[in-house]
Amino acid sequence: MGFDWNLISPEIAVLVTGFVILIADLFLKRGRNAIFATIGFVGIMVTIALVFRNFDILRTVTEGASIGFQNMVINDRISLYFKVIFCMGTLLTLFVSVTYVQRELKGAGEYYTLLFIATFGMMVMASSMDLFTVFLGLEVMSIPLYVLAGMYRRRARAREASLKYFLMGAFASGFLLFGIALIFGAFGSTNMIDICKRFGYIDTQGMILAGAGTIFALIGFAFKIGVAPFHMWVPDVYEGAAVPATAFMSAGPKAAAFAVLFRMVSVFWPALEQNLGTILWILAALTMTWGNILAISQTNIKRMLAYSSIAHAGYVMIALTVGGPEGLASGAFYLLVYTIVNIGAFSIVTLFVGKGEKQEKISDFAGFGHKYPFAGISLTIFMFALAGIPATAGFIGKYKIFIAALNSGFIWLPIIGIANSLISVWYYIGVVVTMYMKPANAEARSIDLSPTLLVAILVALIGTIGLGLFPDLWVGLADEAGRHLGAAYILGSLLN
Amino acid sequence: MNWPILTWIVFLPVFGALAILFINGNKHNAIRWTALVATLIDFVLAIILFVKFDGSNTAMQFSREPLIWIHSLGITYSLGVDGISLLLVVLTPFLCAIAIASTWSAVTEKVKGFMISMLFIETGMLGVFLATDLFLFYVFWEVMLVPMYFMIGIWGGPRKIYAAVKFVLFTMFGSLFMLLAIVKLYLMTGPDAFERTTDLATILNLQITPDLQIWLFLAFALAFAIKVPLFPFHTWLPDAHVEAPTAGSIILAGVLLKMGTYGFLRFCLPLFPDATVYFVPLISILALIGIIYGALVAMVQKDVKSLVAFSSVAHLGFVMLGMFALTIQGVTGSILQMVNHGITTGALFLLVGMIYERRHTRMIADFGGIAHVMPVFATVFLIVTLASIGLPGTNGFVGEFLILLGTFKVNPVYAVIGTFGIVLAAVYMLWMVQRVFYGECDKDENKKLLDMNGREKLIAIPLIIMIFWLGIFPGTFINKIEPSVKKLVNEIQMKKKKPIAPHEIVPETNTDEIENIENGEN
Repeated sequence: MGFDWNLISPEIAVLVTGFVILIADLFLKRGRNAIFATIGFVGIMVTIALVFRNFDILRTVTEGASIGFQNMVINDRISLYFKVIFCMGTLLTLFVSVTYVQRELKGAGEYYTLLFIATFGMMVMASSMDLFTVFLGLEVMSIPLYVLAGMYRRRARAREASLKYFLMGAFASGFLLFGIALIFGAFGSTNMIDICKRFGYIDTQGMILAGAGTIFALIGFAFKIGVAPFHMWVPDVYEGAAVPATAFMSAGPKAAAFAVLFRMVSVFWPALEQNLGTILWILAALTMTWGNILAISQTNIKRMLAYSSIAHAGYVMIALTVGGPEGLASGAFYLLVYTIVNIGAFSIVTLFVGKGEKQEKISDFAGFGHKYPFAGISLTIFMFALAGIPATAGFIGKYKIFIAALNSGFIWLPIIGIANSLISVWYYIGVVVTMYMKPANAEARSIDLSPTLLVAILVALIGTIGLGLFPDLWVGLADEAGRHLGAAYILGSLLN
Repeated sequence: MNWPILTWIVFLPVFGALAILFINGNKHNAIRWTALVATLIDFVLAIILFVKFDGSNTAMQFSREPLIWIHSLGITYSLGVDGISLLLVVLTPFLCAIAIASTWSAVTEKVKGFMISMLFIETGMLGVFLATDLFLFYVFWEVMLVPMYFMIGIWGGPRKIYAAVKFVLFTMFGSLFMLLAIVKLYLMTGPDAFERTTDLATILNLQITPDLQIWLFLAFALAFAIKVPLFPFHTWLPDAHVEAPTAGSIILAGVLLKMGTYGFLRFCLPLFPDATVYFVPLISILALIGIIYGALVAMVQKDVKSLVAFSSVAHLGFVMLGMFALTIQGVTGSILQMVNHGITTGALFLLVGMIYERRHTRMIADFGGIAHVMPVFATVFLIVTLASIGLPGTNGFVGEFLILLGTFKVNPVYAVIGTFGIVLAAVYMLWMVQRVFYGECDKDENKKLLDMNGREKLIAIPLIIMIFWLGIFPGTFINKIEPSVKKLVNEIQMKKKKPIAPHEIVPETNTDEIENIENGEN
C-alpha cells in the first residue's frame, strides 16, 4: 500500500520548517532572530498554500474525505479548517515574537523550532482518526509548550509556570491514556472508524467500559483546554510565560483539543447518550460562568486574559454540547475568530508591558489610549470583539453559536451564554476605561512599536473587522466542514 | 429612482468622520466645520427625502431590492422608510447639527475624537431608524453604544466612568435578549439554512403562536423598555444625561431614547400583535407610573440638568401611553411626541449647557433673577419650557392632546391619570423657571453674566421655529405619517378581534435533534 503524501503535506511542511530553523540555529550567530522568523514565515506560507491545495483536492473527491496510513490519518474539511486556524495562530505569533524574543530571550532560535513542532502536533491531532495518533499529536504539541512556558528563564514565575504546566499536562495525558485503554478494552481497536462500526456489536459491559473511557478521555482534554473545574493551571501558566508564548498557548492548542473532541463526541455519543450531553452542558455552563466571574477581579492583564480564555472555551463548549454539523461549524468558526482576536489582544499586551514585562497591571495602561492612539484603538477593538459587540468577528462567532444552540432546542444554555457575555463586557470595558478615562500614570515607561509587531496587529485587526463584516467565506467553509462530519465514516465503510 | 438616497443618508456621517481622521488634531475649527458640514448635507438629504416621501403610500419607500450581505447567515442589507420612521430620520441630522454647533466653545480638548464619535453615533442612529433587516438593525443598535460610551466616558462630568459603564451594561443587558429573539425568528423562517433570512418583510409574514409571541415580545420589549426608558428601567438615564457633555445629552434625550419607542412601533407591535394586546395594561400602567414618578422626582431636583433628565422619563411615559392605546390618534400623537420631545428637551439641554459654560454650576439655588441680565436667554428658555409643558400653539400641545384623546377613547381612567402628569409638569418646569430667572438678582456672579452671543442665537432659532411650526401647522407632518399609522393600527385591531386559536396553527417543525454521525451524509 503506497502512501498518499498529500494527506500529510501541511504537517511535513511545518515539521521541515521547524528542523530547518533548528539546524540554522547551529550555524548562525546567536541572536539572528530575523532570519529564523523569515524562515518561519516562509514555512507557514507554504503550509497555508498546501492546506488550500488539499481543499482543492477534496473538491474532486466525492466522499468529501480521503484517508490513509492504515486509516489513521484523514484529510477532510474539518481537519483542513482547523489547520487554517493553527497556521493563523502560528503566523500571528511569529510576528508578535520577533522583537520580544530578541529583547527578552536573547534571540533564542529554539523558540521558533518549538513553535513549529507544537504546530505540527496540533495538525496531527486535527487529522487523526485513531486515538493513538491523537495521543501522539497531543504529546508532540504539549512538550514544546511546557518548554515554551518556561523559556523566560530569568523569571521565577516562568519556571513555576513551566513546572506546573508540565505536571498538570502529564496528569491530563495520564487520564487520556487511561481512557484510550478502556476504549480499546471495549472495542479491541483505537481506530475511530472501526469503533464506529463495532458500536452495534458490543455488550453492556463493553458499553460501560466505552462510557468510562469516554469520560476519562474527556477529562484529559478538559485539562488541556482549561475547562472548569480543570482550569486551575491556566492563570498561573499564562501569567508566568512570556507574553508571545502565552498568546500562542491560548489559541492553537485549545483549537486542536476541540477538533479532537468534536470528532470524539460524535463517535462516542452512543456510549453515554444523554448523559454525555448533560455532562457537556454542565461543563459549558460552569466554564463560561467561572471564567467570567473570576476575570472581573483580576488586576494583571495576563491573568485577566487567562480567565477570559477559560470563558471563551466555555462558549465553544456550547457548540460541543450542541454537537452535530451545526455545532461543529459554529465551534470551528468561533475558534478561528478567537485565535485571531485573542492573539491580536496579546500583541498589544506584548507592546504595552514594555521591557522586562514591567507593566503588566491593567492600571499601568492608564492614559495609554491618548498617548498611543493606534495601539489604543486596536486594543479597544480587540476588547470589544472579545466582548462580542457587533461589527467585530467576536459577534458573528457568538451569533452562530446561539443559532446552533437554539436550533437544537437548547434554551438555557444560550441564555447563560448571554448573561456571561454581559459579565464579560464589564471587564473588557474596564481595560478601555483605564486606557482612555483614567489620568495617565507619570511613571509609565515609553514603549516602541516595532514593524513586525505592527504587522501582527494589522493582520489581526483586518481579521477582526473583516470577519465581523464579511464572514461569508469562512462561515461557509465551516458549514461545509460541519456537513462533512460523517464523511470519514462513510468512506471507512466503503473501504472494508 | 436609482440613487440609493437612504444609504447616503446613513453613511454620509461616516465619510465625514473619515475626512476628519486626516485633519491635523490641532486644527479644531477645521474639524468642527467638517463635522457640521457633513451633518448639514445629511440634513438636506433628509429634507429631500421628506419632501419626496409619498404620504399616501403605506409601504416601505425608497427601499431597493435587498442586497445579500452575509449569504450563509441569511443576512440582507436592506433599508426602507415609512411614515413611522420618516420624522425620526429628519430629526436625527437636525439635532446632530445643533449638538455639533453647541460644542464650539464647550468642547476644547480632543476635538477630533469627539467629532468622530459624534458622526459615528449619527450613522448608528440613522441606521437603526432605516434598517429593515433585523440583524442589520441589531448591528446599528449595538455599534452605536460604543461611541456614545466614549462620549460620556471621556468628555463627561465628574462621575463619567460610572455613568458610561452603567449606560453600556444596562443597554446591553436588554439587547442581548433581543438578540436571542432575533435568532429565534430567523430560525422560524425556514427549515433549511439556505432559506432562512433576517429580512423584516419575510419575518412579518410568519405565523407565530400567541404563546411564543409573549416570550419574543418580552425579549424585544426589555431591550426597548430600557432604552425608552420605561419605569422601572430608567435608572441609567439620570446618570448618563447628567454626566454626558451637553452635545451628548442633546443626542441622548433627543434621538437615542426614541430608538426604544421606535423599536416598539417597528418590531413589537406588528410582529407580535397578540402579545401587544395582551401587554397593553402592563405597559400602560408602567407608562403612567413613569409619568407621575418622573414628574415627582423632577420636582425635587436641585440640579437643572437632572430635572430635565427626569422630565424625560415623564415625557417618554406619554409616548408609551399613546402608543399602547392602539388607536390612530394615540399612535400618531405618540410619534409626534417623540419628535416634540426631541426638539424641546434637546433645546432645554442646550440652554442648560449654555448657562453651565458661563457659571460652571447647574444648581437652581445658585441662580435667581438672571432674566434681568440675560433677557434674550430667559425668553428663549421660557418658550422652550412652555413647549415642554404643552401650551397650545406649541408642539408639545399637539402631541399630548392627540395622545390623551387616543387614550381616552379606549380607557378614560388612563387618560385622566395622564392629565395629572401634565399638571405636574407645569408645576416643576415653571417653578424651576421662576427660581432661576425671576426674582431678585442677588448673587454677584450672576450680575456679570453675558447674554446669548450670535452663534448661540443662531442655534436656538431653528429650534424655536420648529416648536411653533409643529404647534401651529402639525398637518405638514401628520399627513405624512397617518396612513402608515392607520395601516399598523388596523392590522393590530384586526388580529385583536380575530385571535388565532392555537390549534389552527401548524406547529413549526423542529428538525434538528442532536445529530449523530449519520447526518453528515450529504
